Amino acid sequence: MTDLWWGVLAVAVGCYALKLLGLSVPDRVLEHPLTERAAGFIPVGLLAALVAVQGFTDGQRVVLDARVVGLAVAAVLLWRKVSFLPMLIAAAASTALFRLIVG
Amino acid sequence: MSELTTDREIIADSLGVGIGVGLYGVTFGALATTGGLSVLQACALSLLAFTGASQFAFLGVIAAGGAPLTGALTAVLLGIRNTFYGITLAPMLRVKGLRRLATAHLVIDESTAMSVVREDPRQGRLGFYWTGVTIFLIWNLMTLIGAVAGERIGDPRAIGLDAAVAAAFLGLLWPRLDSTSSRLLALLAAAVALGLVPFTPAGAPIIIGGVAAVLVGLRFVPDTTGVRDD
Repeated sequence: MTDLWWGVLAVAVGCYALKLLGLSVPDRVLEHPLTERAAGFIPVGLLAALVAVQGFTDGQRVVLDARVVGLAVAAVLLWRKVSFLPMLIAAAASTALFRLIVG
Repeated sequence: MSELTTDREIIADSLGVGIGVGLYGVTFGALATTGGLSVLQACALSLLAFTGASQFAFLGVIAAGGAPLTGALTAVLLGIRNTFYGITLAPMLRVKGLRRLATAHLVIDESTAMSVVREDPRQGRLGFYWTGVTIFLIWNLMTLIGAVAGERIGDPRAIGLDAAVAAAFLGLLWPRLDSTSSRLLALLAAAVALGLVPFTPAGAPIIIGGVAAVLVGLRFVPDTTGVRDD
Protein backbone atom coordinates (compact mmCIF):
# COMPACT_ATOMS: atom_id res chain seq x y z
CA MET A 1 0.00 0.00 0.00
CA THR A 2 1.22 3.50 -0.80
CA ASP A 3 1.68 6.29 1.74
CA LEU A 4 -1.27 8.07 0.19
CA TRP A 5 -3.55 5.11 0.87
CA TRP A 6 -2.35 4.96 4.47
CA GLY A 7 -3.24 8.65 4.76
CA VAL A 8 -6.71 8.07 3.29
CA LEU A 9 -7.24 5.18 5.69
CA ALA A 10 -6.06 7.21 8.67
CA VAL A 11 -8.51 10.01 7.81
CA ALA A 12 -11.36 7.51 7.42
CA VAL A 13 -10.68 5.62 10.65
CA GLY A 14 -9.88 8.76 12.67
CA CYS A 15 -12.92 10.75 11.52
CA TYR A 16 -15.35 7.87 12.02
CA ALA A 17 -13.93 7.04 15.45
CA LEU A 18 -14.40 10.66 16.55
CA LYS A 19 -18.04 10.61 15.40
CA LEU A 20 -18.73 7.33 17.21
CA LEU A 21 -16.98 8.56 20.33
CA GLY A 22 -19.41 11.46 20.62
CA LEU A 23 -22.43 9.17 20.60
CA SER A 24 -20.80 6.69 22.97
CA VAL A 25 -19.22 8.52 25.89
CA PRO A 26 -21.18 9.49 28.97
CA ASP A 27 -21.70 13.29 29.04
CA ARG A 28 -19.48 13.78 32.09
CA VAL A 29 -16.28 12.58 30.45
CA LEU A 30 -16.08 15.27 27.79
CA GLU A 31 -18.16 17.91 29.52
CA HIS A 32 -15.07 19.38 31.13
CA PRO A 33 -15.24 23.17 30.51
CA LEU A 34 -11.71 23.26 29.13
CA THR A 35 -12.37 20.63 26.42
CA GLU A 36 -15.66 22.32 25.54
CA ARG A 37 -13.94 25.67 25.06
CA ALA A 38 -11.06 24.16 23.09
CA ALA A 39 -13.58 22.46 20.81
CA GLY A 40 -15.04 25.87 19.99
CA PHE A 41 -11.65 27.35 19.09
CA ILE A 42 -10.35 24.43 17.00
CA PRO A 43 -12.55 24.96 13.90
CA VAL A 44 -11.91 28.73 13.92
CA GLY A 45 -8.14 28.29 14.13
CA LEU A 46 -7.83 25.44 11.65
CA LEU A 47 -10.23 26.85 9.06
CA ALA A 48 -8.60 30.30 9.18
CA ALA A 49 -5.19 28.71 8.70
CA LEU A 50 -6.58 26.67 5.79
CA VAL A 51 -8.02 29.79 4.12
CA ALA A 52 -4.65 31.52 4.47
CA VAL A 53 -2.58 28.64 3.12
CA GLN A 54 -4.99 27.75 0.31
CA GLY A 55 -5.55 31.38 -0.66
CA PHE A 56 -2.16 33.01 -0.28
CA THR A 57 0.61 30.48 -0.79
CA ASP A 58 2.30 28.72 -3.67
CA GLY A 59 4.48 25.89 -2.41
CA GLN A 60 6.83 27.40 0.18
CA ARG A 61 6.12 31.00 -0.85
CA VAL A 62 3.52 33.50 0.33
CA VAL A 63 1.96 35.07 -2.76
CA LEU A 64 -0.81 37.48 -3.72
CA ASP A 65 -2.50 36.43 -6.98
CA ALA A 66 -5.87 36.06 -8.71
CA ARG A 67 -7.23 33.98 -5.81
CA VAL A 68 -7.57 37.22 -3.83
CA VAL A 69 -10.28 38.30 -6.28
CA GLY A 70 -12.20 35.06 -5.73
CA LEU A 71 -11.86 35.30 -1.95
CA ALA A 72 -13.04 38.93 -1.98
CA VAL A 73 -16.08 37.97 -4.06
CA ALA A 74 -16.74 35.05 -1.70
CA ALA A 75 -16.53 37.31 1.35
CA VAL A 76 -19.01 39.80 -0.09
CA LEU A 77 -21.44 37.02 -1.04
CA LEU A 78 -21.13 35.36 2.39
CA TRP A 79 -21.81 38.72 3.98
CA ARG A 80 -24.91 39.03 1.76
CA LYS A 81 -25.93 35.54 2.97
CA VAL A 82 -25.71 33.95 -0.47
CA SER A 83 -25.78 30.16 -0.13
CA PHE A 84 -22.74 27.92 -0.36
CA LEU A 85 -22.75 26.58 -3.91
CA PRO A 86 -23.47 29.85 -5.79
CA MET A 87 -20.80 31.49 -3.62
CA LEU A 88 -18.22 28.87 -4.65
CA ILE A 89 -19.09 29.13 -8.33
CA ALA A 90 -18.80 32.94 -8.19
CA ALA A 91 -15.42 32.69 -6.44
CA ALA A 92 -14.08 30.25 -9.04
CA ALA A 93 -15.54 32.19 -11.99
CA SER A 94 -14.22 35.58 -10.86
CA THR A 95 -10.75 34.13 -10.31
CA ALA A 96 -10.78 32.43 -13.72
CA LEU A 97 -12.00 35.61 -15.40
CA PHE A 98 -9.31 37.68 -13.72
CA ARG A 99 -6.63 35.23 -14.88
CA LEU A 100 -8.02 35.32 -18.41
CA ILE A 101 -7.91 39.12 -18.55
CA VAL A 102 -4.63 39.74 -16.73
CA GLY A 103 -2.96 36.63 -18.09
CA MET B 1 -43.83 28.37 17.30
CA SER B 2 -42.04 25.05 16.90
CA GLU B 3 -45.25 23.02 17.21
CA LEU B 4 -46.43 24.76 14.05
CA THR B 5 -43.55 23.26 12.08
CA THR B 6 -44.92 20.23 10.27
CA ASP B 7 -42.95 17.07 9.54
CA ARG B 8 -43.37 17.89 5.88
CA GLU B 9 -41.61 21.24 6.30
CA ILE B 10 -38.77 19.62 8.21
CA ILE B 11 -38.26 17.04 5.47
CA ALA B 12 -38.38 19.76 2.78
CA ASP B 13 -35.79 21.86 4.65
CA SER B 14 -33.60 18.82 5.15
CA LEU B 15 -33.78 17.87 1.49
CA GLY B 16 -32.93 21.44 0.47
CA VAL B 17 -29.85 21.56 2.64
CA GLY B 18 -28.94 17.96 1.79
CA ILE B 19 -29.07 18.49 -1.96
CA GLY B 20 -27.25 21.84 -1.82
CA VAL B 21 -24.40 20.49 0.27
CA GLY B 22 -24.30 17.11 -1.47
CA LEU B 23 -23.87 18.66 -4.92
CA TYR B 24 -20.73 20.26 -3.64
CA GLY B 25 -19.18 16.79 -3.53
CA VAL B 26 -18.42 17.31 -7.23
CA THR B 27 -15.89 19.98 -6.25
CA PHE B 28 -14.26 17.61 -3.82
CA GLY B 29 -14.05 14.85 -6.40
CA ALA B 30 -12.64 17.14 -9.09
CA LEU B 31 -10.07 18.70 -6.78
CA ALA B 32 -9.09 15.32 -5.37
CA THR B 33 -8.09 13.83 -8.69
CA THR B 34 -6.46 17.02 -10.00
CA GLY B 35 -4.64 17.27 -6.67
CA GLY B 36 -3.05 13.83 -6.95
CA LEU B 37 -5.56 11.34 -5.52
CA SER B 38 -6.96 8.45 -7.55
CA VAL B 39 -10.70 8.14 -8.26
CA LEU B 40 -10.84 5.25 -5.79
CA GLN B 41 -9.09 7.25 -3.07
CA ALA B 42 -11.43 10.21 -3.57
CA CYS B 43 -14.47 7.92 -3.31
CA ALA B 44 -13.02 6.08 -0.31
CA LEU B 45 -12.68 9.38 1.55
CA SER B 46 -16.26 10.44 0.84
CA LEU B 47 -17.64 7.00 1.72
CA LEU B 48 -15.57 6.28 4.82
CA ALA B 49 -14.55 9.65 6.29
CA PHE B 50 -17.68 11.53 5.12
CA THR B 51 -16.95 14.90 6.67
CA GLY B 52 -16.32 17.66 4.14
CA ALA B 53 -13.97 20.00 5.98
CA SER B 54 -11.64 17.14 6.95
CA GLN B 55 -11.64 15.74 3.42
CA PHE B 56 -10.71 19.14 1.97
CA ALA B 57 -8.06 19.64 4.64
CA PHE B 58 -6.42 16.32 3.75
CA LEU B 59 -6.55 17.28 0.09
CA GLY B 60 -5.13 20.74 0.78
CA VAL B 61 -2.04 19.27 2.43
CA ILE B 62 -1.55 16.62 -0.28
CA ALA B 63 -1.99 19.15 -3.10
CA ALA B 64 0.57 21.43 -1.41
CA GLY B 65 3.07 18.55 -1.45
CA GLY B 66 2.75 17.60 2.21
CA ALA B 67 3.11 14.13 3.69
CA PRO B 68 -0.12 12.05 3.74
CA LEU B 69 0.12 11.53 7.48
CA THR B 70 0.47 15.29 8.08
CA GLY B 71 -2.67 15.70 6.00
CA ALA B 72 -4.41 12.98 7.98
CA LEU B 73 -3.49 14.64 11.28
CA THR B 74 -4.95 17.97 10.07
CA ALA B 75 -8.10 16.21 8.89
CA VAL B 76 -8.60 14.28 12.12
CA LEU B 77 -8.04 17.43 14.23
CA LEU B 78 -10.80 19.13 12.25
CA GLY B 79 -13.01 16.08 12.84
CA ILE B 80 -12.93 16.59 16.61
CA ARG B 81 -15.92 18.88 16.41
CA ASN B 82 -18.04 15.92 15.28
CA THR B 83 -17.37 14.32 18.67
CA PHE B 84 -18.94 17.30 20.37
CA TYR B 85 -21.87 17.25 17.96
CA GLY B 86 -22.35 13.61 18.92
CA ILE B 87 -22.40 14.43 22.61
CA THR B 88 -25.04 17.09 21.95
CA LEU B 89 -27.11 14.75 19.78
CA ALA B 90 -26.87 11.56 21.88
CA PRO B 91 -29.75 12.28 24.28
CA MET B 92 -32.07 13.03 21.34
CA LEU B 93 -30.99 10.20 19.04
CA ARG B 94 -30.90 7.51 21.77
CA VAL B 95 -29.24 4.88 19.57
CA LYS B 96 -27.58 1.65 20.67
CA GLY B 97 -25.71 -1.26 19.08
CA LEU B 98 -25.67 -1.49 15.29
CA ARG B 99 -27.96 1.52 14.89
CA ARG B 100 -25.43 3.60 16.78
CA LEU B 101 -22.62 2.43 14.49
CA ALA B 102 -24.59 3.48 11.42
CA THR B 103 -25.97 6.70 12.91
CA ALA B 104 -22.52 7.87 14.01
CA HIS B 105 -21.43 8.10 10.39
CA LEU B 106 -24.10 10.75 9.73
CA VAL B 107 -22.92 13.06 12.52
CA ILE B 108 -21.69 16.09 10.53
CA ASP B 109 -22.16 19.88 10.56
CA GLU B 110 -25.37 20.01 8.57
CA SER B 111 -27.24 17.05 10.07
CA THR B 112 -26.46 18.46 13.51
CA ALA B 113 -27.55 21.96 12.52
CA MET B 114 -30.84 20.67 11.08
CA SER B 115 -31.74 18.75 14.22
CA VAL B 116 -30.67 20.85 17.22
CA VAL B 117 -33.01 23.65 16.15
CA ARG B 118 -36.05 21.40 16.76
CA GLU B 119 -37.58 21.37 20.22
CA ASP B 120 -39.45 18.10 19.74
CA PRO B 121 -36.93 15.20 19.86
CA ARG B 122 -38.92 13.22 17.27
CA GLN B 123 -38.74 16.12 14.80
CA GLY B 124 -35.08 16.55 15.69
CA ARG B 125 -34.44 12.94 14.67
CA LEU B 126 -36.44 13.48 11.49
CA GLY B 127 -34.25 16.46 10.52
CA PHE B 128 -31.08 14.61 11.44
CA TYR B 129 -31.73 11.47 9.39
CA TRP B 130 -33.28 13.14 6.34
CA THR B 131 -30.41 15.65 6.13
CA GLY B 132 -27.69 13.10 6.89
CA VAL B 133 -28.87 10.40 4.49
CA THR B 134 -29.58 12.88 1.65
CA ILE B 135 -26.12 14.40 1.93
CA PHE B 136 -24.48 10.98 2.17
CA LEU B 137 -26.10 9.71 -1.04
CA ILE B 138 -25.60 12.85 -3.15
CA TRP B 139 -22.14 13.69 -1.74
CA ASN B 140 -20.84 10.25 -2.70
CA LEU B 141 -22.44 10.20 -6.13
CA MET B 142 -21.11 13.69 -6.90
CA THR B 143 -17.64 12.80 -5.61
CA LEU B 144 -17.49 9.97 -8.15
CA ILE B 145 -18.70 12.23 -10.97
CA GLY B 146 -16.27 14.99 -10.02
CA ALA B 147 -13.36 12.58 -9.61
CA VAL B 148 -13.89 11.01 -13.03
CA ALA B 149 -14.43 14.40 -14.73
CA GLY B 150 -11.66 16.06 -12.75
CA GLU B 151 -8.94 14.03 -14.40
CA ARG B 152 -10.00 15.53 -17.71
CA ILE B 153 -10.27 19.12 -16.50
CA GLY B 154 -6.51 19.67 -16.78
CA ASP B 155 -5.17 22.69 -14.93
CA PRO B 156 -7.67 23.41 -12.14
CA ARG B 157 -6.40 26.98 -11.91
CA ALA B 158 -7.76 27.83 -15.35
CA ILE B 159 -11.31 27.54 -14.01
CA GLY B 160 -10.44 29.01 -10.61
CA LEU B 161 -10.86 25.78 -8.63
CA ASP B 162 -7.96 26.70 -6.34
CA ALA B 163 -9.83 29.84 -5.29
CA ALA B 164 -13.01 27.77 -4.84
CA VAL B 165 -11.28 25.61 -2.22
CA ALA B 166 -10.12 28.68 -0.31
CA ALA B 167 -13.65 30.08 -0.61
CA ALA B 168 -15.06 26.78 0.70
CA PHE B 169 -12.93 27.04 3.84
CA LEU B 170 -13.98 30.68 4.17
CA GLY B 171 -17.62 29.62 3.86
CA LEU B 172 -17.20 27.03 6.62
CA LEU B 173 -15.38 29.56 8.78
CA TRP B 174 -17.79 32.47 8.21
CA PRO B 175 -20.63 31.49 10.61
CA ARG B 176 -18.05 31.01 13.38
CA LEU B 177 -16.76 34.60 13.10
CA ASP B 178 -19.64 35.82 15.25
CA SER B 179 -17.57 37.61 17.90
CA THR B 180 -14.59 39.95 18.04
CA SER B 181 -12.54 37.31 19.84
CA SER B 182 -13.18 34.63 17.21
CA ARG B 183 -12.32 37.10 14.42
CA LEU B 184 -9.06 37.98 16.17
CA LEU B 185 -8.25 34.29 16.70
CA ALA B 186 -8.91 33.59 13.02
CA LEU B 187 -6.54 36.41 12.02
CA LEU B 188 -3.93 35.08 14.42
CA ALA B 189 -4.17 31.54 13.02
CA ALA B 190 -3.92 32.86 9.44
CA ALA B 191 -0.92 35.06 10.29
CA VAL B 192 0.94 32.28 12.13
CA ALA B 193 0.26 29.85 9.27
CA LEU B 194 1.48 32.29 6.58
CA GLY B 195 4.51 33.20 8.65
CA LEU B 196 5.53 29.55 8.89
CA VAL B 197 4.95 28.59 5.25
CA PRO B 198 8.48 29.46 4.02
CA PHE B 199 10.17 27.56 6.86
CA THR B 200 8.17 24.41 7.58
CA PRO B 201 7.00 21.33 5.64
CA ALA B 202 3.58 21.62 3.96
CA GLY B 203 0.72 20.95 6.35
CA ALA B 204 2.61 22.01 9.45
CA PRO B 205 1.61 25.72 9.19
CA ILE B 206 -2.06 24.73 9.22
CA ILE B 207 -1.78 22.63 12.37
CA ILE B 208 0.52 25.07 14.20
CA GLY B 209 -1.62 28.07 13.19
CA GLY B 210 -4.73 26.29 14.43
CA VAL B 211 -3.15 25.18 17.68
CA ALA B 212 -1.83 28.72 18.30
CA ALA B 213 -5.39 30.08 18.02
CA VAL B 214 -6.69 27.44 20.45
CA LEU B 215 -3.97 28.15 23.04
CA VAL B 216 -4.39 31.92 22.83
CA GLY B 217 -8.16 31.49 22.95
CA LEU B 218 -8.01 29.34 26.07
CA ARG B 219 -5.62 31.77 27.74
CA PHE B 220 -7.12 35.14 26.85
CA VAL B 221 -10.77 34.81 25.79
CA PRO B 222 -13.08 35.28 28.79
CA ASP B 223 -14.84 32.04 29.69
CA THR B 224 -18.53 32.73 29.14
CA THR B 225 -19.57 29.13 29.78
CA GLY B 226 -18.44 29.46 33.39
CA VAL B 227 -21.08 32.15 33.95
CA ARG B 228 -23.80 29.49 34.07
CA ASP B 229 -25.27 29.01 37.50
CA ASP B 230 -24.23 25.47 38.33
